[in-house]
Amino acid sequence: MERTIDCRGMACPLPVVNAKKAAEEAQAGDTLIVLVDNEIAVQNLQRFASHKGYEVSGQKNAEKEYAVIMQIANAAPAAPAQEMAEEEEISCQPDLIKKGMLVVLSSNTMGSGDPKLGTALMKAFVFALTKQDHLPETILCYNSGAYLTCQGADTLEDLKLLESEGVTILTCGTCLDFYGLKETLAVGGATNMYDIVERMEQARVLVKP
Amino acid sequence: MSMETKVKLTKLANCAGCGAKMGAGTLAKMLEGFQTHSDPQLIVGYDKSDDASVYVLDDHTALIQTTDFFPPIVDDPYLYGKIAATNAMSDVYAMGGEPKLALNILCAAEGMDDDTIRQVLRGGYDTAYEAGAIITGGHTIRGAEPIYGLAVSGFVHPDKVLTNSNAQPGDVLILTKPLGVGILTTGAKADLTDMSVMERIYTQMATLNKTARDIMVKYPVHSCTDVTGFGLLGHSFEMAQGSNCTIHIQVDQVPYHKEALELAAMGLVPAGAYRNRTYAEEGVSLKNEISVAMQDILYDPQTSGGLLFALPREAASACLEEMRTAIPQAAIIGYVTLPEDSSIILE
Repeated sequence: MERTIDCRGMACPLPVVNAKKAAEEAQAGDTLIVLVDNEIAVQNLQRFASHKGYEVSGQKNAEKEYAVIMQIANAAPAAPAQEMAEEEEISCQPDLIKKGMLVVLSSNTMGSGDPKLGTALMKAFVFALTKQDHLPETILCYNSGAYLTCQGADTLEDLKLLESEGVTILTCGTCLDFYGLKETLAVGGATNMYDIVERMEQARVLVKP
Repeated sequence: MSMETKVKLTKLANCAGCGAKMGAGTLAKMLEGFQTHSDPQLIVGYDKSDDASVYVLDDHTALIQTTDFFPPIVDDPYLYGKIAATNAMSDVYAMGGEPKLALNILCAAEGMDDDTIRQVLRGGYDTAYEAGAIITGGHTIRGAEPIYGLAVSGFVHPDKVLTNSNAQPGDVLILTKPLGVGILTTGAKADLTDMSVMERIYTQMATLNKTARDIMVKYPVHSCTDVTGFGLLGHSFEMAQGSNCTIHIQVDQVPYHKEALELAAMGLVPAGAYRNRTYAEEGVSLKNEISVAMQDILYDPQTSGGLLFALPREAASACLEEMRTAIPQAAIIGYVTLPEDSSIILE
């Protein structure tokens, strides 16, 4: 298969970041073509490809238009086999993640009604998330949802498992501050409203229990 | 951990830190042929491509002037202020002097609120205080991208001025901060540099070269510069050319952050490193095989890098020993000979 990604107009290090992402999604034998608009990006992509052990060539198509062509090979031969296998078992299952799927946890309970029931439902919801064929790309927690990612939460183990599978977990920093949870955040990172808005805007599927 | 509830400073900038610096070659070309007064009191001027200008006031005092500023390299405004100010002061230390007066240079971008601006300035004032200098004013504008830095004046005894063009055959070179800052910062933008590593880098960038300078001046140092935007090889090249010598760099002795090597191999090399290579490469020859990634580190632009100075071999070990009590990463990284085929030889 051949895939072209257009990184023209992108400043360093974005072309390498995007090429890395695309290479991870590709199969051995695929061809990856990266379009860029400056020589520095060409050289950085060539370094990246050589580092990965991919065959690489570059060509200048026009003024400010270069193509870097990589033949995706199996992961770098230098890596010891055992480590590779282990890694795959624990976390390296990029297929599991459904790109563009965003789960929003805006409360520490699920639904409105008895809070005890709500808490139990939320725990069950997060647990059920771990059992899906496709995992969300990102989980956002805000308002009392911030409690779910902090020490003492019964959702913590499942969220940690999701994180180890490659799910990005982010909790609203203002909310952590407000509830005095800042020091107890136990999974994922903190984020801000700009990032939350951006992620919601860009999500293809938004799941809200 | 501080909560990021504001817009990220680095997102407001196109180009990080000293990586934004215009290439040395480009600059030299642009300055060619301008009219300037000649003045015997001006002992270091723009024609020397040195770190700062030096003007002799009387038998005991010479004035050092320099300025440096750049777009945000970190999101924490206080840290940004500290790093920018530390970097600006560095040129004075590199001339062997002590900073005394400073002026703020600030461009506030859309999206920076009053508190953010105040934190940037507080970083600058705290650094100036630590340096023993006074910020007496400055100039602030609004613009598209944030910028902060200082114009700094310092003093030095006219006989004790350390230019970057007086290295002598028989000298050895000492470097006081490890390399790799530019590459690691580029890696951080790609989320590929660990936070713990970045914290190490931030601390390094916010550390004044004051201690290094105070120890250095106790020894018979011939020549000094600070390693910043042009990278180790760019600045060494200037020193070698200015001193009409060849500088030999013992690559395995050069201190650098190990994490940078992997990132460089992956292609997370900042544009500035390529510019520095273009500028200095013709003067650099390799005695042994040195990996491209390691070369990238030697060309990597440093924000608020360390001092690089040349002193006679006889004095070097005592100097290094004293330096290492305060700055454990300091190392002897090479030596100076009469001119050979290349200005710089990597071995």
